[in-house]
Amino acid sequence: MFKGWVIAVASLAYIGLLFAIAYYADRRADQGRSIIANPYFYSLSLAVYATAWTFYGSVGRAASDGVGFLPIYLGPTLMIVLWWFVVRKMIRITKLNRITSLADFISSRYGKSALLGGLVTVIAVVGILPYISLQLKAISTSFQILLQYPEMVIPRKSSAVAAMQDTAFFITLLLVFFTVIFGTRHLDAAERHEGMVAAIAFESLVKLVSFTVVGLFVTFGVFNGFGDLFSRAQADALIAPLLSPFGGPAVSYANWAWLTVLSMLAIIFLPRQFQVAVIENVDEKHLRKAVWLFPAYMLAINIFVLPIALGGLLSLPHTNIDADTFVLILPMAFKHEGVALFAFVGGLSAATGMVIFETIALSTMVCNDLVMPLLLRLKALRLAERSDLSWLLLMIRRAAIVIILFLGYIYYLVAGEAYALVSIGLVSFAAVAQFAPVALGGMYWKGGTREGALTGLLAGFVVWGYTLVLPALAKSGWLPNELIEYGPFGMTLLKPVELFGLSGLDQITHAMIWSMIANIGCYVGVSLFSRQSAFEHSQATMFVEVFTQTGEPGHVWRGRVSASALQTLLGRFLGPARAAELFSTYARDRGLASADELNADAMLVQFAERQLAGAIGAASARTMVATIMQEEPLGIDEVMNIIDETSQVIAYSHRLETQQQELQQVTNSLQAANRRLQEVDRMKDDFISTVTHELRTPLTSIRACSEILADNPDLDLHERQRFLVLIIKESERLTRLINQVLDLAKLESGLAEWHNEALDLREVVNEAINATTPLFNGRGITLDMHLPDAAMTVQGDRDRIMQVLLNLLSNAAKFCATAAGEVEVRLILEGSNVRVSISDNGIGIDSADQELIFEKFRQAGDTPKAKPQGTGLGLPICRQIIGHLGGRLWVESRLGYGSVFSFVLPVNPADAETGISP
Amino acid sequence: MHKKASRGPRLLSLFALGVLLFNYPLLALFNLPRMIFGVPVLYAYLFIAWALLIFLVARVVDRPDPG
Repeated sequence: MFKGWVIAVASLAYIGLLFAIAYYADRRADQGRSIIANPYFYSLSLAVYATAWTFYGSVGRAASDGVGFLPIYLGPTLMIVLWWFVVRKMIRITKLNRITSLADFISSRYGKSALLGGLVTVIAVVGILPYISLQLKAISTSFQILLQYPEMVIPRKSSAVAAMQDTAFFITLLLVFFTVIFGTRHLDAAERHEGMVAAIAFESLVKLVSFTVVGLFVTFGVFNGFGDLFSRAQADALIAPLLSPFGGPAVSYANWAWLTVLSMLAIIFLPRQFQVAVIENVDEKHLRKAVWLFPAYMLAINIFVLPIALGGLLSLPHTNIDADTFVLILPMAFKHEGVALFAFVGGLSAATGMVIFETIALSTMVCNDLVMPLLLRLKALRLAERSDLSWLLLMIRRAAIVIILFLGYIYYLVAGEAYALVSIGLVSFAAVAQFAPVALGGMYWKGGTREGALTGLLAGFVVWGYTLVLPALAKSGWLPNELIEYGPFGMTLLKPVELFGLSGLDQITHAMIWSMIANIGCYVGVSLFSRQSAFEHSQATMFVEVFTQTGEPGHVWRGRVSASALQTLLGRFLGPARAAELFSTYARDRGLASADELNADAMLVQFAERQLAGAIGAASARTMVATIMQEEPLGIDEVMNIIDETSQVIAYSHRLETQQQELQQVTNSLQAANRRLQEVDRMKDDFISTVTHELRTPLTSIRACSEILADNPDLDLHERQRFLVLIIKESERLTRLINQVLDLAKLESGLAEWHNEALDLREVVNEAINATTPLFNGRGITLDMHLPDAAMTVQGDRDRIMQVLLNLLSNAAKFCATAAGEVEVRLILEGSNVRVSISDNGIGIDSADQELIFEKFRQAGDTPKAKPQGTGLGLPICRQIIGHLGGRLWVESRLGYGSVFSFVLPVNPADAETGISP
Repeated sequence: MHKKASRGPRLLSLFALGVLLFNYPLLALFNLPRMIFGVPVLYAYLFIAWALLIFLVARVVDRPDPG
């Protein structure tokens, strides 16, 4: 026998237990010893997916469709295999950006668009309301049923309405109270609720155990195990079709597939699932256990759905009992009050868990993405200038929770009775599935734009409303039924349940097909034909490439602000104490003594923005920081500037490269010059040592002769005469040598004086030959001379040219064969040059020595024992002179056949113009 | 690193396996009014396939990272 107070006490005790757990977990979290930071709590909190829909509704569905209830759980199992890719990425993005809700996530991706965040919030609230009302309906129905025990009265729509309303209202108040207390206890930048998660995890355990107890009771208490239950079901002609339901009236493969897809999306995009899976996630690694623990949980809670449904149908035939209530009714029917009460508590936990978390998630969205952006834009409120806004944020959230829950309650009053639990839930699933294209597209496709997301969402939402909500309203009597039967204004093509004549599908499949076509089509189409802003593009890149990026994300603020201004701003929303704490932690992390030393660099501004985003959402945070930053948006000019700067940098680096190459060349030539200098230096040393050596030779002879004369006074006159002649000759040689060294030094240093004039080379040659004729005659050498008739005028110093000629002629005389010696002198015009060649028929010069002889103190066949026949400076001097006059001196010779010394001098330019004058 | 790299393809193939197991035509093969060990064939098939998939996913994912 149940009295109302027994049920009430049980409910209150249960909710009191939740309070205790939540309080304890929050305390532990405050002390930094979280109890939920492990994969098992995470997996259990994910099981908030299993609501009153699962607890009561699945059995109802199974009673009409057999296994047709299963896609709702198979879909998440499939999706969770992909969680490793999808949810892990979401968690990473969320943590980097301090995202607090699904609306925040989507608006952040599309350039922190407040409009988009608001739209997502509206869709979420409108879409989820039926789902919340479903839970309220389940709680109040179960309460009513239990209250009427032992009578098994299924509350009819007309009977006991007042009492039911009271129950649902009472429960709504209780839930509001609990959610407000624990869901908005304080403002947290990360928007995590440890106490709530712990309570939810506990609720998940309770509903699993409770449902299993009922399942075991039905299977083994009422029947004799699975075999008995199923064989009796198969024997019943009405029930047997449920065991292989495909192809029957209710279950088609297409419907099955669409429900799978729908639930795949729901497990991610239901606001409460996003909240527990992404926002409340403590550690990415927890996914590893969750990806199999959560499906295992779903498998466990579903095992007994079909047995309970079949058991209900077999035990209570031909009654008009709603199959949605079998879980509660069956224990009652067999007079097991304890099991019935436990079943009631299980259903209560399933429903409250969903309602609590859904409203928290929705209230965060409503506050951060709908109300705050609007309030901040209302200049009249001057909110941006208030000193402390944290109380306002909490109040908005509390109000949002109250309003959402009461809206759910009103929806339940208005439309809740028309549909079974599952059908109501599926309408919500279809609504949140509209988020999938923009959210998933945004995570994997950089090209999605804000305009595309807005139009896609809006189109999907409108089609959803038209194909699912309108028929529901019509069925509840709020709209004329003709609208559904014949379409608006009698246009059958626009019938909400058979849009454009697409018939033969169930309502959900039909709605999903049309809304997804509209949604994805608009999203992709508009995205392709619209343009992203620079900031939007950077957000898109950050979302898509979150795993490949390192370090801090997103937008870099450009502008000036002081650190204290930032702290004040943060203090307004989080409370001054919390802001001071955050800033000093930040300063400590960077090795600074206190927050006063902080520089308001881009990093700090970004840090502040992210903390703020945790409290008021990304879009509002951006607006708030912008108000104190006075930052200009990253315009196209700015981008062009950056590109321009980039190209300048590229050009600069090109210049550097060329300069480096030039430097390299200079270095190379410097190195060459250095080598040359070292060579010259070495040559100078050689020269000095050679010169001193050459000077010593005659000096030694002179000294030796003088000593002989000094030591031998009795030397006869003839002998004395001979030594004196030797001394004179050696002295002359010494003088000549010194003169030549000086001469060469002068020539080489360019200090020699030149008296250049126009000369007729014939005269100079003649004179030189005349001067040397005695030399030739003395040696019996024939001298031939071939001079042209015309004058050969050159520019030059007469004495220097004479010096060259004399040198060459005396050399020819010196090296000519002594007998039958022949020397030939030729003077010819060669183009613009005059060439003088002096050939002899002497011993000739080895080809190896032909260049050597023009070096200082080198002579052909130079060996230590051979007596030098000259100073070794004559030819080097000649080459210097000819070179200075712009000509060239060289030798052609073969050993044993004589030599030809030639030099060329340019024709006097004045004569070259007018031709050689006769 | 070597094993971690292969986690992605393995999970994708498990997803494909799941889609295959839980859809037409495999589903149609078991949509029979028959019993196996006292349990309807379709019911047994779905839960066994489901358990198998969970087991395989656990094998692939829930292992400590090598190294």
